[in-house]
Amino acid sequence: MDSKRRDFLKIAGLTAIAGIAAPSAFNTLLKGEAIASAGQAAAGGHGAAAPTGKRYGMVIDVKKFTENPGLAEQCVSACHTIHNVPDFGNRKDEVKWIWIESYEHTFPTESQYKRPDALKDMPILTLCNHCDNPPCVRACPTKATYKKKDGIVGMDYHRCIGCRFCMAACPYGARSFNWRDPRGKDANGQPFIKAENPKYPTRMRGVVEKCNFCTERLAIGQIPACVEVAAQTKALVFGDMNDPNSEISQVLKTSFTIQRNPAIGTHPSLFYII
Amino acid sequence: MIEKAFKGSTGYWVWMLFLLSIMGVGGLCYVQQFNYGLGITGMSRDVTWGVYISQFTFLVGVAAGGLMLVLPYYIHNYKAFGRIVILGEFMAIAAIAMCLMFIIADLGQPMRAMNVLLHPTPNSMLFWDMIVLNGYLFLNILCGWVVLQSEYKGVKYPKWIKPFIYLSIPWAISIHTVTAFLYCGLPGRHFWLTAILAPRFLASAFAAGPALLMVIAMILKKTTKFDVGREAQDKLVTIIGYAAMLNFFFLGCEFFVAYYSQIPGHMHTLDYLFWGLGHGDQVYNNLVPFMRASVIMGLAGIALIFVSRAKQSDGLLVISCLLIFIAFWIDKGLGLVLGGFVPSPLEYVTEYVPSVQELGITAAIWATGFFILSILYKVAISVKLEKEA
Ligand code: SF4
Ligand code: SF4
Ligand code: SF4
Repeated sequence: MDSKRRDFLKIAGLTAIAGIAAPSAFNTLLKGEAIASAGQAAAGGHGAAAPTGKRYGMVIDVKKFTENPGLAEQCVSACHTIHNVPDFGNRKDEVKWIWIESYEHTFPTESQYKRPDALKDMPILTLCNHCDNPPCVRACPTKATYKKKDGIVGMDYHRCIGCRFCMAACPYGARSFNWRDPRGKDANGQPFIKAENPKYPTRMRGVVEKCNFCTERLAIGQIPACVEVAAQTKALVFGDMNDPNSEISQVLKTSFTIQRNPAIGTHPSLFYII
Repeated sequence: MIEKAFKGSTGYWVWMLFLLSIMGVGGLCYVQQFNYGLGITGMSRDVTWGVYISQFTFLVGVAAGGLMLVLPYYIHNYKAFGRIVILGEFMAIAAIAMCLMFIIADLGQPMRAMNVLLHPTPNSMLFWDMIVLNGYLFLNILCGWVVLQSEYKGVKYPKWIKPFIYLSIPWAISIHTVTAFLYCGLPGRHFWLTAILAPRFLASAFAAGPALLMVIAMILKKTTKFDVGREAQDKLVTIIGYAAMLNFFFLGCEFFVAYYSQIPGHMHTLDYLFWGLGHGDQVYNNLVPFMRASVIMGLAGIALIFVSRAKQSDGLLVISCLLIFIAFWIDKGLGLVLGGFVPSPLEYVTEYVPSVQELGITAAIWATGFFILSILYKVAISVKLEKEA
């Protein structure tokens, strides 16, 4: 056998091995997501079915916030107070976990033609969607952003390197970066965190943060702070969407809800009743 | 061999001192940024990456551009690149060093950079980028140094280095592909979400990298006795010219898809970059003059570079290479990264203007890159000239 031919066979052999190994390596890379979505497609569709096990979600009944002026603001302030979210007083440095947004900015992918007038000034609460297929988790190079078994997308502030890849990846603008020290004071000596809650850690400069679905409250049997504020009106309903007896399951079964930009396959856990 | 970097003309020392002074000023800016936080830059909640990451993206291309010399020389045995190939390898080293510095400058918690290795995350493209960039840096240091050392000793390079040289070829492609994957795998960022991004990155890299090299080679020709040779020059013109054309072809494809499909998300960023994006009662068009200039300079550069060869004019060659280099620097070093954030996923428009400190740090990192490059080139050229004398 001349050497050229031998070389060729060697290369061919290697290529064959690579060819066999590649798909399995690729699946490992995607952590079996490919198989999972192919295996359990919803009946009649080709999208991925909802995973089993606990999955927390939230329904936001937008009309109730118009009926109860000021309620949305109370939800925001409850969350931000409890979680020591700093207020820098400008848009550039802004940190927010939940905020009030207009319909056209919350749902830019929905048709903007011929909307009811009522939609125009409707305050819509916007927060992290705790996506079931979260691009932020996929992008994070340190696992500082991770998905928990109950569907909550959490953050480890002590591991985050502040690369902000997750912010580029999040299609809902749900993440904030601490451009400056949140524990500091402004020029007039006012602290950025008005009244510090000792039960929740403050963050350091240079890390990303976002709504954590009140993991720390769920752990001690409480409901999320924003949901608690809205409890009387049932404007926000929170619970395990995979428990058929939960309140949220009943609401989802009986009302027409929409998600933000569902076409991109993130499977948000937030549902809006408009 | 390294001692050659410490012997030089007055011009060499003035140049190095000039670079050092920029590095010093930028270093002070970095101290400020380190103490205050990234809020000192022009970046904001909506535009979360700025000049640091866009320079990084562009420089990955400059590094990958060295491939256009290594490949013909080592694989096709194209002897005319014998003198210039080392310049390509050393330029890759300097460019990657700049890339790594830009990433560190961009981190909110730079002291934790090692977390990427402590908690390896294969599903993150940034993790892979870290691996391929460092691997490419290592390969180029190894191959460049070993080959030059052999030349210094007057022997042919050892056989064992060959596999590393071959490996560096697909590796060069990988660094720019993975860097493109940082962007083009993100749902909800229409401008980046295009399968043609990696090919486009490569095309612009194979034009911008060699173009910069050509400019440097021409400067060396004037200031030292080092001449890469007419044949190598002419060949590079072909490479730069066609790669630049390919880049514009890809850009044209992007335009077609956006404006023929009429999908708003696909058109918005192109609108913003080339015509200005109307939003509310305001038109946002910060980058329009730059992007338009980029297209004009790029096309003019392509035309001129072929004229320069026909006329055998070094002056024209330098001008056309500069035009192409600057055109692609604007295209990738500004428009690509900044444009991706406009409009935001919630369709707000926030424009970004870098701060003085940010520009200072950016200039300092470029200066550090040129500092490294100057040392490496000084050594390489001294060795080459000595051997040929
Ligand atoms: S909304 Fe954004 S931050 Fe929240 S899970 Fe989805 S991608 Fe991540
Ligand atoms: S900024 Fe932090 S959370 Fe976001 S991707 Fe980087 S390391 Fe992960
Ligand atoms: S669920 Fe908790 S963390 Fe999230 S917005 Fe509501 S109060 Fe804030």
